[in-house]
Amino acid sequence: MRVRLLDIAHARSGDKGDTANVGVIALRPEWYPVLVSHLTRERVAEHFHGVIGGPVERFELPNLGALNFLLHGALDGGGTLSLKTDAQGKVYSTALLRLVLDVPDAEARAVGLPAAA
Amino acid sequence: MKDIVRVASGQGFWGDWLEAPRRQVEGGPVDYLMLDYLAEVTMSILQKQKERDPKMGYARDFIGAVESVLPAVVERGVRVIANAGGVNPVACAEAVRAVAAKTGVEDRLKIGVVTGDDLLPALDALIAGGHALANMETGEPLSTVRDRVLSANAYIGSVPIVEALGRGANIVITGRSTDTALTMAPLRYEFGWKSDDWNRLAAGIIAGHIIECGAQCSGGNCLYDWRSIPDLANVGYPIVEARADGTFVVTKHAGTGGRIDVHSVTEQLVYEMGDPHSYITPDVVADFSSIHLEQAGENRVRVFGIQGREATDKLKVSIAYRDGYKAVGSLVYAWPDALEKAQLADRVLRERLDRLGLRFDHILTEFVGASATHGPLAGDAGRDAPEVQFRIGVRSHDRAMVERFTREIVPLVLNGPPSVTGFAAGRPKVEEIVAYWPALIDKTVVQTKVEIL
Repeated sequence: MRVRLLDIAHARSGDKGDTANVGVIALRPEWYPVLVSHLTRERVAEHFHGVIGGPVERFELPNLGALNFLLHGALDGGGTLSLKTDAQGKVYSTALLRLVLDVPDAEARAVGLPAAA
Repeated sequence: MKDIVRVASGQGFWGDWLEAPRRQVEGGPVDYLMLDYLAEVTMSILQKQKERDPKMGYARDFIGAVESVLPAVVERGVRVIANAGGVNPVACAEAVRAVAAKTGVEDRLKIGVVTGDDLLPALDALIAGGHALANMETGEPLSTVRDRVLSANAYIGSVPIVEALGRGANIVITGRSTDTALTMAPLRYEFGWKSDDWNRLAAGIIAGHIIECGAQCSGGNCLYDWRSIPDLANVGYPIVEARADGTFVVTKHAGTGGRIDVHSVTEQLVYEMGDPHSYITPDVVADFSSIHLEQAGENRVRVFGIQGREATDKLKVSIAYRDGYKAVGSLVYAWPDALEKAQLADRVLRERLDRLGLRFDHILTEFVGASATHGPLAGDAGRDAPEVQFRIGVRSHDRAMVERFTREIVPLVLNGPPSVTGFAAGRPKVEEIVAYWPALIDKTVVQTKVEIL
């Protein structure tokens, strides 16, 4: 089943130098394991291929139902050097929520994931 | 000892809502008003202001904020803690005293001034003494940009703020304190937390992280179910109600707008997060994977279970240095084919810049309305946009080159693609870039000082 991240998570992003961080938070606790299994570092790196210049790191926060991603080389130099509208990575959050996951049907149904239209 | 200590956040950055400090002290009971003014590049802006006028170099908004809360400070004993001092905390304190004198209450203020974070006067001695102050991102030693350094400040922790409170200050002004220390220090002071009580110190730091961005934890910039967040026009800024055991509730005054729930607090917790297991501060290393949240009533989130561990022997140093010039200009193209027209404008402009022999360190084009914030992820949604903003920026160490660039944009209105507007601001202005150089230094070389003025 194809599942839009936007339908199962919310997010906030910010910056540290040329790195943007995106915290992705499951909308329901039972959906957090889906994020852990399917929203992998590799999947996010693929999503941002050609958009960011560096690697992606991922950290798990099961206590908050959240994953934290660090997107390196994402801010055109960052801070005052950056020429980007979003020099501080404030809306990388919603750029990540555009991602569509492929979740096996049985797994998706078991936790009631909404299918992408 | 108080059972509960209430720390209210009244400012999340320099430029935040001017109404917030007064609303926090008038809207209900609070013990401390915490005001955070400093972002990474703020210190360098303040340093430039101080060079022009030795009486400047602090966050001037703070003076108005103090004026708006003076009755609560002198009549109800609310204490104010702020990193508004920037690179000139003493001048900031003098300005506070002057504004208090207008209503004759200056004698009822004890202003604690924390200094010692400013490393600029000692910078050459430090480098000569073997402190490379290497850039944490690139590893380069500071000596490579030494002649362009504008400011250098160590991020200092809770200790001097606790001392100032202990000496009776009802207004504490610091320079480059960490944002989180401004909240943790009064809790540590009130509850007598020891310097190795890692879990409680970490709890105070996380309380600080939750409220340091003002309303960003109480409904502001909150994506979760954003349409249903009530009355943002009247948004309530957050308040921490802390207990001696290191647990606390995040809440806001009754009758205010916004919303505090597990979702809004979680969004703030992940904001600007690096490795969540090691949130390093001068006082303690906090572990965000230990945080537990539960809804404890309407607009009340209880936070508990927090763990911390021993701090490192380093302090982070925020250094700002001159790093060339930049300018960004824009034009707006209208339907039909707005994006295509903007793309042609970009090609025409770049060809002209090229023919002028201008070689920039960096040039970046964005099409606002089509792809500026999400890049190629936005797909072709911008193709039929009613208008698209062509936005182009350049960076160079040659000011004259950037200056020349600023003169090439507006001509496109008459000699470029059609259906163009949005040029009323004229030529963009050239800005000097003040870049950020994060470094570490041994804690032992930074000596903070507290004065009561």
